[in-house]
Amino acid sequence: MLLVYCPYCQVERPETEFSCRGQAHIARPSDPAEVTDEGWVEYLYMRDNTKGVYAERWRHIHGCGRFFNAVRHTVSDDFLKFYKAGEPMPDLDELAKEAGK
Amino acid sequence: MSDLLASDVITPDAGETPLLSLPGVSVLKAAPMTRLSLRLREAAIPAAGEAFGAKLPVTPLGAETSEKRAALWMGPDEWTLLAPEDQLQAVFDGIEAKLDGQPHSLTDISHRSEALIVSGPKASWLLNTGIFIDFSLEKFPVGTVTRTIFHKSPVMIWRTGEDTFVVEAWVSFMDYVAGILVESAEELAVA
Amino acid sequence: MSQPFRTEKGGRIDRGEQLTFTFDGEEMQGHKGDTLASALLANGVHLVGRSFKYHRPRGIVTAGSEEPNALVGVYRKGDQTPNLRATQVEVYQGLEAISQNRFPSLGFDVGAVNDLLSPLFPAGFYYKTFMWPKAFWDRVYEPVIRAAAGLGKPPKNPDHDTYGNIYAHCDVLVAGSGPAGLAAAVAAAETGAKVILCDEQAEFGGSLLSDENATIDGKTPIEWVQETIAKLASMDNVTLLSRTTAFGYFAHNYIALAERVTEHLSDPDPKLPRERLWQVRAKEVVIASGAIERPIVFPENDRPGILLADAGRTYLNRYGVKVGNKVLVATACDTAWQAAFDLADHGVDVVAIADLRETPPENLVAIAQARGIRVEAGCVVTGTLGRKRVKAALLGRLMTSGQVASAGQVACDAILMSGGWTPTVSLYSQSRGKVVWDEAVGAYVPGKSVQNERSAGAAKGLYGLQATLEDGYAAGEAAANAAIGKEAKVTYAAASGGEAGQGAVLGALPHDRNASRVKAFVDYQNDVTAKDIKLAAREGMQSIEHIKRYTTTGMATDQGRLSNMNALSIASGALEKPIVDVGLTTFRLPYTPTTFGLFAGVARGDHFDPVRKTPSHDWVVANGGVYEDVGQWKRTWYFPKSGEDMHAAVARECATVRKSVGLFDASTLGKIEVVGPDAAEFLERMYTNPWKKLAPGRCRYGLLLNDAGFIVDDGVIGRLADDRFHVTTTTGGAPSVFATMEDYLQTEWPDLDVWITSTTEQYAVAAVQGPKAREVIAPFIEGIDLSAEAFPHMSVKEGTFCGVPCRLFRISFTGELGFEINVPRRHGKMMWETLAGEIEKHNGTAYGTETMHVLRAEKGYIIVGQDTDGTVTPQDAGMTWAIGKKKHDFVGKRGLERPDLVAENRKQFVGLLTKDPKVKLEEGAQITVAQNPATGTPAEGHVTSSYYSPAMGRTIALAIVKNGHALHGKSLYVPMPDGGIEVEVTSPIFFDKEGARLNV
Repeated sequence: MLLVYCPYCQVERPETEFSCRGQAHIARPSDPAEVTDEGWVEYLYMRDNTKGVYAERWRHIHGCGRFFNAVRHTVSDDFLKFYKAGEPMPDLDELAKEAGK
Repeated sequence: MSDLLASDVITPDAGETPLLSLPGVSVLKAAPMTRLSLRLREAAIPAAGEAFGAKLPVTPLGAETSEKRAALWMGPDEWTLLAPEDQLQAVFDGIEAKLDGQPHSLTDISHRSEALIVSGPKASWLLNTGIFIDFSLEKFPVGTVTRTIFHKSPVMIWRTGEDTFVVEAWVSFMDYVAGILVESAEELAVA
Repeated sequence: MSQPFRTEKGGRIDRGEQLTFTFDGEEMQGHKGDTLASALLANGVHLVGRSFKYHRPRGIVTAGSEEPNALVGVYRKGDQTPNLRATQVEVYQGLEAISQNRFPSLGFDVGAVNDLLSPLFPAGFYYKTFMWPKAFWDRVYEPVIRAAAGLGKPPKNPDHDTYGNIYAHCDVLVAGSGPAGLAAAVAAAETGAKVILCDEQAEFGGSLLSDENATIDGKTPIEWVQETIAKLASMDNVTLLSRTTAFGYFAHNYIALAERVTEHLSDPDPKLPRERLWQVRAKEVVIASGAIERPIVFPENDRPGILLADAGRTYLNRYGVKVGNKVLVATACDTAWQAAFDLADHGVDVVAIADLRETPPENLVAIAQARGIRVEAGCVVTGTLGRKRVKAALLGRLMTSGQVASAGQVACDAILMSGGWTPTVSLYSQSRGKVVWDEAVGAYVPGKSVQNERSAGAAKGLYGLQATLEDGYAAGEAAANAAIGKEAKVTYAAASGGEAGQGAVLGALPHDRNASRVKAFVDYQNDVTAKDIKLAAREGMQSIEHIKRYTTTGMATDQGRLSNMNALSIASGALEKPIVDVGLTTFRLPYTPTTFGLFAGVARGDHFDPVRKTPSHDWVVANGGVYEDVGQWKRTWYFPKSGEDMHAAVARECATVRKSVGLFDASTLGKIEVVGPDAAEFLERMYTNPWKKLAPGRCRYGLLLNDAGFIVDDGVIGRLADDRFHVTTTTGGAPSVFATMEDYLQTEWPDLDVWITSTTEQYAVAAVQGPKAREVIAPFIEGIDLSAEAFPHMSVKEGTFCGVPCRLFRISFTGELGFEINVPRRHGKMMWETLAGEIEKHNGTAYGTETMHVLRAEKGYIIVGQDTDGTVTPQDAGMTWAIGKKKHDFVGKRGLERPDLVAENRKQFVGLLTKDPKVKLEEGAQITVAQNPATGTPAEGHVTSSYYSPAMGRTIALAIVKNGHALHGKSLYVPMPDGGIEVEVTSPIFFDKEGARLNV
């Protein structure tokens, strides 16, 4: 059971309080009418399947209820960073380098 | 924050026999009370606190109490406000009047959940039979409030004293939560 | 029976307390502090079981949890727990234990014929022998193999015991309490760090409990252990857990411990759990799991009476038990010599020490000679005699040619063997660490730490008491420093004696016997021999993972802790690859077998899952309602009157609602309060329908899609005020709709001034439906004009019900005049009972979910999740009327325009009427064009709902069918085993097509 840090509650809690919601930084197009069919399929279904450092969405569903983002190494399960929703995606390569992964 | 301040909002239900009464820990049902969910933006925090009669805590997992009022931090823009049962309308109207024109959401959730008062030297042990949170006083000081999971039920835990916790669950989960607390405490009866 | 093999004095047992126990019905005596294994040995019993495959007689081999042979059943509370290791079962007054895998008795076992037939059971015999004929597997092979093989029998009754759970946090968890673990715990505790020390044994001390020769700070090892434990016990920051196995090491330093709370007690208080699961989050972990001795692989090395040397020493020093009267010590390692010396000092006749090394250390040879022990150097055991107990050993001399020459026979009643030591790296391996081969140690040892852990002492291949203690202290200090940033101030204890031994052997020993006739066992529990592993290599198994599965070596309850290294070495020779290139299987949790009860904990019976009840529950039970489970909710299915079956009850309920009035508990429907200046804008974006122009006091059916364009939920939404909506969802969809709304609000539209609050449990909801509905509720409602003009269909208003605040909706899921009354939940019981009394006066009825389903099907209303399956669009469902045509965007709008969603041939929602009005279709049945389609014909669609409809006087069904909207009036077929059933495709609305009954 992973240990997840909620940047809003500012505590580490067990994974059971959270739900993981997949890849982070996939924004819903601001005007869907302008998006091609292929573009919409890309938005709906296409996700990275990274072996390594990956930014993903989490929700503290059984805590404060907030969505936030986390950078996790998908092999080791180590979390490299937690940040609030709306904050920019960190430089994943840089994070990986710092963590020596 | 003392037990006294919490105890004038959350009181044992006089009509209910204790669910559990052991030297190490007791579990009592709390009497009905007014519960409101308040959501708003930062600018409205002071006014809301003023109208309610207790400040809205901005420290994560914090609680603020005053006479017959408790404001519990649930999230960065979410508070649960507690007051005596018969003050629902007055509290509701008072906040609505004060916040008129400021974006907010005030919703009555008085009946959504029920509360238990779990107290005694074994209270944190008993909670730890189903909750994966470190309840040491350094990590979870008196006054801390949080939502979490007790076995398979969402609950809210508010530490109102070193050995006293308020445990809230949605009404339909309460039989489950109370039942497991009583079952898990059984071994404490063994001398 | 006295205890003929008990020593006169010494050991950790309480000789003042004599305990009576039985083994296979035979009464024996033991002492407090005995394990079942030590007590059996004290009584001279070595034969304790039959092996898995060949049913060979087997005896106790070890003194620890890795025991492969001595698996027993223990009776407890009238039932039997199988497969407990006798080396871990503590003796108590009245203990009843039985041996396993024998018939009719342990002494005479008919299955032993397998041993004579062993050429039929080579490695991989399952794969080879039982392939043909195929049908024989189920009927012949499998039942016979099941009966003949296997270990204990599972208990027949539900578990009588309870199991506790506790979540704990600590700075430093120390697993294992031998010298390294104790030193680590002391060092960590001195810093003030929160320490948990656990050990799987009943008593702390590990190897120190069986060491009588060394001293620590001038004290005996046992004195030092007792002082150390007393000190730790006095510290508030230390939790001591004996009988507690660290069996699982998970991500982020989450460690699971199994504490055996009452199993060692003769008459435990029934309030105490049998076991307790500790789920620990530790900042740092010190793995001090020690090392275990390796058996030597020589022919017939499995006879009862052949034990590991260290086990023999442990039985002697810790339990006061001699493993035999004439003991041969066969070794490749110095440490076994100490076992020989200890036995000799207790008056046991040590017939010889056979050391396969040409020149064993001179000092050991001198000590042996001083005690008059015969020493045979360069000598191996080449076989043993005796059936149920070893009688003699055959010795062989290792020649420089590599051949073995017979060196005669030596009579003995026990053999102690030592092939050297294997560090126990299981927990490290579970932590995802990769072990590395250490040539100097001759073993795999922990490599780099990948979690916050460190191994200490023998667990990392470091031997010798002084070195182990020092390493333990250092590990404890480092762990505490890493966890809380404090330095320890602890004086290291100094040890003398307990030196590290030299020497080891891996793999099968050479012998002078007929290789095709003798068995030298590698894995005792699974009956895997050296030959089997060589055969696997010959048959093409290249990787140790394959060899493991082909031969089952290492698949026993010890996960190969005893056998792996010998197996690897044999495989290495057979494959002609260095041992490191053969690989190593991964140690997985649990470290030792763990009960299902421990994992289940309180999650059984009524507490398996929350059982969510509505306020009508007591009334329903009192009035004979039948429940169905809808997720965690108990919902009333139907209310049978006396003599009614379900069909009759539902038919009556349906007819009553259409004729007069019915009462239905709708409390489980999801409710969400959407509040804020942007509430209407938010709903406009979420739902397909337009909301901005909905006036306060009115409500509207809302359809929710996902962004792919598919229907995911629906419900009625009422506008209470400009900035306040009362949204309802399906019962099952409530949590996911709430989560989806939060997702869009928080991450896509954080600028909107609107918030959502779940009010599902704030309100109890009663639906009153039927022509008399208005008359039923009117006496109790105040503050709302109920007339059709003032309060038309699709209205909502706040008023009171019997004086308590209510939100009254005029809505219908039956097609009749209908109201749904929401009152604060604590008043729900009062509301239900009031209305239940009132409907009686109008010849009404309470009705359940089945009637609700029939009534809505008569009207063609969909149930999301039953009539839709996540691939149905509003167009498919015939609900384009629910889409706000002028809206530029809503969730799902863009998805609906995708080519596949507007293509021809989509499956569409229709009604079906069977040609024969009495035939009721099966829900889920396929629909085809041909009456008796050929196998493999794709279906045109399937039946989603099917009922008997009292209002229509016949059966009706709903379905999704390819191009269904264009097929109204056409015939299709529903193929069933008895032939295709002809159906006519119709509109899904069967009853009151104009909706006249709604607007009265």
